[in-house]
Amino acid sequence: MMMRIFTVCVFMILAPISFAASGDLPGYHIKVDTSDTKSLQRGARIFVNYCMGCHSAAYMRYNRLGKDLGITDEVLKSNFMFGTDKIGDTMSIAMKSADAINFFGVAPPDLSVIARSRGADWLYAYFMTFYSDPSRPFGVNNLQFKDVAMPHVLWELQGTYKPAYKTVTHKDGTEIEVIDGLEQVSPGKLTPEEYKSTIYDLINFLVYLSEPAKFQRQNIGIWVIIYLLAFLVLAYLLKKEYWKDIH
Amino acid sequence: MNTAIKLLSALVEWIDARFPLLKLWNEHLAKYYAPKNFNFWYFFGSLALVVLVIQIVTGIWLTMNYKPSAEHAFASVEYIMRDVEWGWWIRYMHSTGASAFFIVIYLHMFRALLYGSYKKPRELLWVTGMFIYLTLMAEAFFGYLLPWGQMSYWGAQVIISLFGAIPVIGEPLALWIRGDFVVSDVTLNRFFALHVIAMPLVLLGLVFVHIIALHEVGSNNPDGVEIKKYKDANGIPLDGIPFHPYYTVKDIVGVTVFLIFFSLVVFYAPEMGGYFLEHANFIPADPLKTPEHIAPVWYFTPFYAILRAVPSQFGGVVAMGLATMLFFFLPWLDRSPVKSIRYRGWKYKAALTAFVISFLALGWLGLQAATPLYTWLARFFAVVYFAFFLLMPFYTSTDNDKPVPDRVRYP
Repeated sequence: MMMRIFTVCVFMILAPISFAASGDLPGYHIKVDTSDTKSLQRGARIFVNYCMGCHSAAYMRYNRLGKDLGITDEVLKSNFMFGTDKIGDTMSIAMKSADAINFFGVAPPDLSVIARSRGADWLYAYFMTFYSDPSRPFGVNNLQFKDVAMPHVLWELQGTYKPAYKTVTHKDGTEIEVIDGLEQVSPGKLTPEEYKSTIYDLINFLVYLSEPAKFQRQNIGIWVIIYLLAFLVLAYLLKKEYWKDIH
Repeated sequence: MNTAIKLLSALVEWIDARFPLLKLWNEHLAKYYAPKNFNFWYFFGSLALVVLVIQIVTGIWLTMNYKPSAEHAFASVEYIMRDVEWGWWIRYMHSTGASAFFIVIYLHMFRALLYGSYKKPRELLWVTGMFIYLTLMAEAFFGYLLPWGQMSYWGAQVIISLFGAIPVIGEPLALWIRGDFVVSDVTLNRFFALHVIAMPLVLLGLVFVHIIALHEVGSNNPDGVEIKKYKDANGIPLDGIPFHPYYTVKDIVGVTVFLIFFSLVVFYAPEMGGYFLEHANFIPADPLKTPEHIAPVWYFTPFYAILRAVPSQFGGVVAMGLATMLFFFLPWLDRSPVKSIRYRGWKYKAALTAFVISFLALGWLGLQAATPLYTWLARFFAVVYFAFFLLMPFYTSTDNDKPVPDRVRYP
């Protein structure tokens, strides 16, 4: 409890000076909670089932995942590891980058630290704003990442969306159509609410994946600072004792 | 117990007959007399030493697992963050230490501006300090390439290409620095060598010279009066107190407060909202993909803003070089008979205020993408920045300085 209050205090001090990675779509904010192990487990399952066909997480080891997320080696092997049978291996993929460039025009990036370069809000906007666009090779485009090379892998879950347009008149009188939100064309396996919570789990996992030591540092930090505060009292008393004969 | 003390003093005696142990101890600590009226601003010298030690120790441990090659550098940093025991802690201390170093050094330099610590007889002390500052900038620049992220790569690319703007020798010089036509594995390797061996050696040498120079002339103080003018029968300054134990116990308090703030960042905000660890640096270096917005780390941005403010590239490089070099001439630009801001007239106070505001404003502007408005603002603040130095002989010699007391005021 104390730890949580402390973290919140620190966050409140530091929050005003932090800024999000540039170019986030407005209106997409997500607050992750990497202490929610159940959510991380669900996110990890989505990740290995949907993302790891093309994306690696080559700096992360399966057994670290198991240890941090409370997944046993047996479950890891049967449900999470498809490319290897060694528990200490990193989460790499079989697809070669040269092949990937042939398939997609660009190699799918490694996702180990994607949440640290993009930020959670960017990822949230990205997963929420795929829409049908027949001019694209995979038939979809994205509001957050224009002309993205990735197909909408989660379309079965989310369903399909099309853009709703509105007309904007420029100062010089020309009228252009701009996208003003998305509307559902066909439903997916999940309701919009369920899809949102699936995306929440996935982003939660990606945030964990980008810095597995985060929990460790936050847990230890409080004790370091308590120690330093106690030491400060002693150091101050010592200083006062010495300095009392200086006039 | 008694035997232990006897043995120990016998050991000290044995060493002292062969090495000036007690002499060094006395000259630099127990009988080095510092003014008794040091205030808050006098913590930053010892803090700079503490940060230097943090950087060297964490640096040694990082080197044990880091691989200076274009292929493995980024991955080895993530290996340190994930697989090395306490690796994340060592790495965050080092990355936070880099920014902390500049914060401490900037405040240390600001102290000199406040109390005229660069003025006679401390000109050489100031000049050696400036060399430390320049070496530190080089050290930080070389080190920033090592994580091999996008910002590392393109930051280095931009800074090295600046040398290309020098007429005639520019392009060959830039090529010589990189060792390749673009920043590459070769560049990374040599930057690693410079970062872990060359610059730290120079830094340690300069810090040694800086401390020797300080202990020769003695410390300045917030009143800017020389305590050596009034000595007692034993030749000890009346307003001086032995550095040890008085300032050692005081500095322990300062170091502890510093470590609390340092730990808050290391454990709770190691990225510091993208200022200490930039978001784009979590993308591996890609020579084929230029990021939309390249900005150096915050401690270089005042100079970067000046660089961008000048329309010609060569002019910008000259202005940026001048902006750092002008600090060297402060002891001779300042014509005031008074050291401390406490007894200076309104002109220096106003000039220093304007300088601090323009330095901070330039620092902020250097982080932003250049727009016409920002470029004009940067030009305005750059003029204020240079005016602080270039007009200094005039406004300091005609200032309405106040009379300076004979002795320091304490408390």
